[in-house]
Amino acid sequence: MQFKLPLFPEQASSVAIQVDAFYLFLVLITTFFSLLIALLILFFIIRYRQRPDREAEQIHGSTLLEIVWTVIPLGISMVIFIWGAVLYYHIENPPANALEIYGVGKQWMWKFQHPGGQREINTLHVPTGRPVKVTLISQDVIHDFFVPAFRVKNDVLPNRYVYSWFTPTVPGSYHLFCSQYCGTKHSAMIGEVVVLKPDDYAAWLANGKAEGSLASMGEKLFQEFGCVTCHRPDSGARGPNLQGLYGRPVRLSDNRVVVADDNYIRESILNPNAKIVSGFQPIMPTFQGVVSEEGLIQITEYIKHLSSQESDPLNNRTTPTELRDNEVPTIQQELQQGNQPAPTPGKKP
Amino acid sequence: MSTVTTTVKPVMPAKHYLNDNYGIRSWLLTKDHKRIAILYLVSLTFFFFLGGIFAALIRLELLTPQGDLFQSDTYNKLFTMHGVNMVFFFLVPSVPATLGNFVLPLMVGAKDLAFPKINLLSWYIYMVGAFFSLATMVSGGVDTGWTFYTPLSSGYLRTHVALMAVGIIMAGFSSIFTGLNFIVTVHRMRAPGLTWGRLPLFVWSNYATSLIMILATPVLAITLILLALETVFHIGVFDPKYGGDPVLFQHMFWFYSHPAVYIMILPGMGVISELITCFSRKRVFGYSFVAFSSIAIAVFGFLVWAHHMFVAGISQYSAMVFSLLSMAVAIPSAVKVFNWTATMYKGSISLKTPMLYALGFIGLFTIGGLTGIMLAALGMDVHVHDTYFVIAHFHYVMVGGMVTAYLGGLHFWWPKITGRMYPEAPAKLAALITFIGFNLTFFPQFILGYLGMPRRYHSYPEEFQVLNVLSSAGASVLAVGFLLPLIYFLWSLKYGEVAGDNPWGATGLEWQIASPPPTHNFHEVPVVTEEPYAYGEGVAGVH
Repeated sequence: MQFKLPLFPEQASSVAIQVDAFYLFLVLITTFFSLLIALLILFFIIRYRQRPDREAEQIHGSTLLEIVWTVIPLGISMVIFIWGAVLYYHIENPPANALEIYGVGKQWMWKFQHPGGQREINTLHVPTGRPVKVTLISQDVIHDFFVPAFRVKNDVLPNRYVYSWFTPTVPGSYHLFCSQYCGTKHSAMIGEVVVLKPDDYAAWLANGKAEGSLASMGEKLFQEFGCVTCHRPDSGARGPNLQGLYGRPVRLSDNRVVVADDNYIRESILNPNAKIVSGFQPIMPTFQGVVSEEGLIQITEYIKHLSSQESDPLNNRTTPTELRDNEVPTIQQELQQGNQPAPTPGKKP
Repeated sequence: MSTVTTTVKPVMPAKHYLNDNYGIRSWLLTKDHKRIAILYLVSLTFFFFLGGIFAALIRLELLTPQGDLFQSDTYNKLFTMHGVNMVFFFLVPSVPATLGNFVLPLMVGAKDLAFPKINLLSWYIYMVGAFFSLATMVSGGVDTGWTFYTPLSSGYLRTHVALMAVGIIMAGFSSIFTGLNFIVTVHRMRAPGLTWGRLPLFVWSNYATSLIMILATPVLAITLILLALETVFHIGVFDPKYGGDPVLFQHMFWFYSHPAVYIMILPGMGVISELITCFSRKRVFGYSFVAFSSIAIAVFGFLVWAHHMFVAGISQYSAMVFSLLSMAVAIPSAVKVFNWTATMYKGSISLKTPMLYALGFIGLFTIGGLTGIMLAALGMDVHVHDTYFVIAHFHYVMVGGMVTAYLGGLHFWWPKITGRMYPEAPAKLAALITFIGFNLTFFPQFILGYLGMPRRYHSYPEEFQVLNVLSSAGASVLAVGFLLPLIYFLWSLKYGEVAGDNPWGATGLEWQIASPPPTHNFHEVPVVTEEPYAYGEGVAGVH
C-alpha cells in the first residue's frame, strides 16, 4: 500500500475550477457553522457546569433571536441555491459548437464512436481547448458517466439520449467511472478519458481505424434495412421525406407538434407508432431488437447529414404532409408557448 | 413535581409491568405498550447488529483496492442487505416503536395507546416483514441496492427482489399502524390540562413523524407492488423494454424515501429536546419554534424528493425548484440546532451519558445537515452525487444523528424501562468511543467522495486506499462503541443500581410514576398545570 492521501481530484476541465471554488465556499460555510456550534457548546458546558452554588436561569426564548437565526441561514442558503443553479445550468447545457461524440453504456463497458467513425471501448480520446459533447445512451440498465477530473456526471438511461459536455484543459489520462449501480461488475465498469493536445488528437484520429464516417455507416444501414424504399424524396413515398428533417418541427397526426431531435428519431425507428406524422399511415414495422444502439446513432448521424446537405429543405417538399413555409413560424410559436406535450425547453431530451 | 431525596435508597416497586405476569404468552399476547416496546427493542437490536455485521464485512472488503475478500455479487448483496435492514428494519421503527411506544403514552398521561391491539398487530406485521427479509437473505440474498432502481431490479437481476419487496411492504404497514396509533393517542388521550402547548417536544416530534408515516408509507407500498409486478409479469411501468420509464420509479421511490429520512431523524430530534433540557436544568429555548419546526420539516419533507435525481435526467427547471425547496427544509433543522444550543445558555449542565450523546448528536447532525445543503446545491451535487460524499452525509445524519439520539434516549429512559441504572463510567466511555469511531469512519468518506470514489464499488483505484483504511479502522472502533452498551445494559438488568422513580430529577409525567411503571401506568389520572420543562421550580438537581 502506497501512502497517497490526495484531498482534491485533478482539475482537467474548464468547469472544474468553478466547481472547486463553489466547494471551497461551501466547506467554509460548513466549517464556520460547525465550529460555531461546537465552540458554543464547549463554552457552555464549562461556563455553566453544574455547581452547588448556582441554579439555572430560566429563559423562555427570544423572538428576535429566532428571527435572526431563521433569516441569516435563509439568506445564506439562497446565495448557495443561486450559485449552485447557475453553475448547474452551465454544466448541463452543451454549447452549440461542441465536438460531438457518442457513447453507449452496457453491462459492463463503455463504447464510444467518433464522428469520423473511430470506435473505442472503455477509453475516450478528446482534445484540449474545445467543448466536447458526449451523447449517451444505455443498452440495458441505468449507468452513469462520471469523470471526476472534469466534475461532470450524468445518468445514462436506456430509453433516451442524455448529454454530457466539458472542455478539457490539461492533457493526461483521467478516470471514467460508472457511478450508478448497474449490477455484478459495476465497479469494473471504469475506463479512462485521454485528453490530448489538438495536434496529437488529430494524429490519433488519423491513425484510428474507421470503416467510414458515422454518417456513411448510417447510410449503409439505411440501405440495408430498406428504409430507403419508403423514406424517399418523391411524392409517391409511403414514409415522410427525411431530407432536412433534423431539428425541424414536425406536425403529428393528432395535431401535436414535436421537434425532430435525436430522441424523436430513435423512438420513430424503435416504436414507429408512438408518433405518426400527419398524413401518413402507421405502416412502419418496429426495428426494436434489429438495430443496435450504435446503429441507431449512425442512422441518426446520417439523417443529420441529410439536413446539412440541404440548405433549404422546405423547397424540396414533395409530400402534402410536410410543413409549408408559412406554417413554420406558427409552429415555432406553439412550441415556445409550450401548449403541447412535446419537449419542454430546458428538458434534457 | 416530584422531589427526589438522595438520602433514602430507592427500592424496586413490588408490582410493575414486568412482573405483573410471567411466561411467553404474557409477552406474545400483551397489549401493554410498554411490553410491546420491549418486543420491538429486542427485534430492532437484532436487526441493528445484523446490519452492523454486513457493514463490518463491507469495510473489511474495502481495506484493499482489489475485490479480494468476496465475489462481486456477494459484495453487492452485502451493501444491499446492510441498507435494507438498517433503513427499513431498524432506523424507520427505531425511536418511535421502542422509546415512543414506551414513553409517549406516559408523557401524555394515558393508560396505553389508543389502539393497544393494533399496536401489538404492528409488531407482528413487522415480524412477518422481518421473516421475509430473513428468508430473502437465507435463500441467497438480494443485490439491487436498497434503492431498487429499475430496470436493473426488475429485469436484470435474478435474485429475490419480489420476496424482499413483500418484506419491506410489511414493515411499512407496521409503521403506518404505529403512526396511526400515535396520532389518535395525542389527539384524544392527553391528560386533563395537557394542552398542545404543554406537550413535551418528544411528543411533538413523534406526532410529526406519524403524519409522514401514514401519508408517505402507502406510496412505498404502491411502488414496491408495481416493482414486484414488473419483475414477475413485466407490466411495463418502469422497464423501457416494455414501454415503461425507469425514472418514474425513482420519483415514486423517493417520494416515500425522502420523507422517510425525516421519519428516521425527527423522533431523534425529539429525544434531544428532552435530554438537553433535563441535563441543563432549563426550559427549552423557544418551545413553540422547536415544536413547529418539526411540523415544518414534516410538511417540507414531502416537497424535496427529486433532489436525489439532479443527474438522473429530470428537467433542469424542476431540478432548480427542488433545490430551492431543499434549502427551505434546512431552515427548521437549523432553528432546532440553534435553540438546543441556546437552551444550554445559563443552564446548570451535568455531563451524564445521555447528555454526552445529545451533545454528540448536535455536532454530528450539524455536519450532516450542512453537507446536506452542499448536496442540495445543484452545481455541487453533479460532482458528488452517487459518491462516498453522499454515503458520509447520510451516515452523519442517520448514525451520527439518529443512532446517537436513540442511544442517548435509551440511556435516559433505561431506568424508567427497567427500574435499574446502567453503570455510568463504562457508559460514558462507550459514548466517547462511539463519537471518535464514528468520525474516524465517516469523515474520510467526505474526502473520498470529493475525490470521486463512486458508491457501491467492490474494488477501487489504489489512490483511494489510505482513506478507505482509515474508514475501516474507524469502523472497528465504532463497533466497540456499539457493543459496550449491549453488554452493560444486559448486565444492569440484574446488577444495576435500583433507579427510583426519577433518577434524573426530570420533569414530565413519565417520571412521576414508579420505575418500572405499573401495568396501567397511572393509579389516578394526572392533571397537568404547568408548561413542559418547568425546571427551576422545586425540581431537584441531578445527583
